[in-house]
Amino acid sequence: MHDYVRGKADWAVHGLPLEGRTAGRRRAIDAARKDVPTCGPRERLGDVRERVRAAAHEMCVVVNERGIVLGRLRTKAWAGDPDAAVEDVMELGPPTARPDAFLHEVIERLRKVGSLLVTWYGSEEDGGRLVGVLFREDVERVLEENEQLPR
Amino acid sequence: MPVRITREDVPRMTAEGAVLIDTLPEGEYAEEHIAGAVNIPLKKLDRQTTAHLAKDDALIVYCYDTE
Repeated sequence: MHDYVRGKADWAVHGLPLEGRTAGRRRAIDAARKDVPTCGPRERLGDVRERVRAAAHEMCVVVNERGIVLGRLRTKAWAGDPDAAVEDVMELGPPTARPDAFLHEVIERLRKVGSLLVTWYGSEEDGGRLVGVLFREDVERVLEENEQLPR
Repeated sequence: MPVRITREDVPRMTAEGAVLIDTLPEGEYAEEHIAGAVNIPLKKLDRQTTAHLAKDDALIVYCYDTE
């Protein structure tokens, strides 16, 4: 007997084939943007701000050397002292979603918070590793295209 | 004691004839399961419910996430 311990959650998160009534429903990993900039906690805010603007983004996710999410930088943070360390101005505990969460289940949260960090606990050592960022407009578009948008 | 395997082992083993068993309840199985898996809910998993499987077949069990 063999035990695939990580199970269906692990399989779904990696986009592998599923069957059943809900197998075609879109998940967080299907709509998450993977090009959102990241930075380290000790970087200089001014340097990160320039990099994020050059990438035409408004958000930056703060991660450690293993890609584990520590916080995020958004609108208000960019007005801060450019010489400040990122870790002194970042938002802690940003809202998150699992990669295998169904989009029709997270859309209501997204309508309130605007964006969710998609994180995955691949192993005990991994912690909340960043997979991507879900934005409300992206999820609404995917759900509209798949006729799954709840009203 | 079951042998722990990973995601990468599953397609290789099923290609070699292993049977993939979803141990979640029937309703959850019907909603969604790994392609090719059969359903034997954990509470019903015993010698009798696996008797129809070939004795030489390797068996792989999974549920949602046991870690």
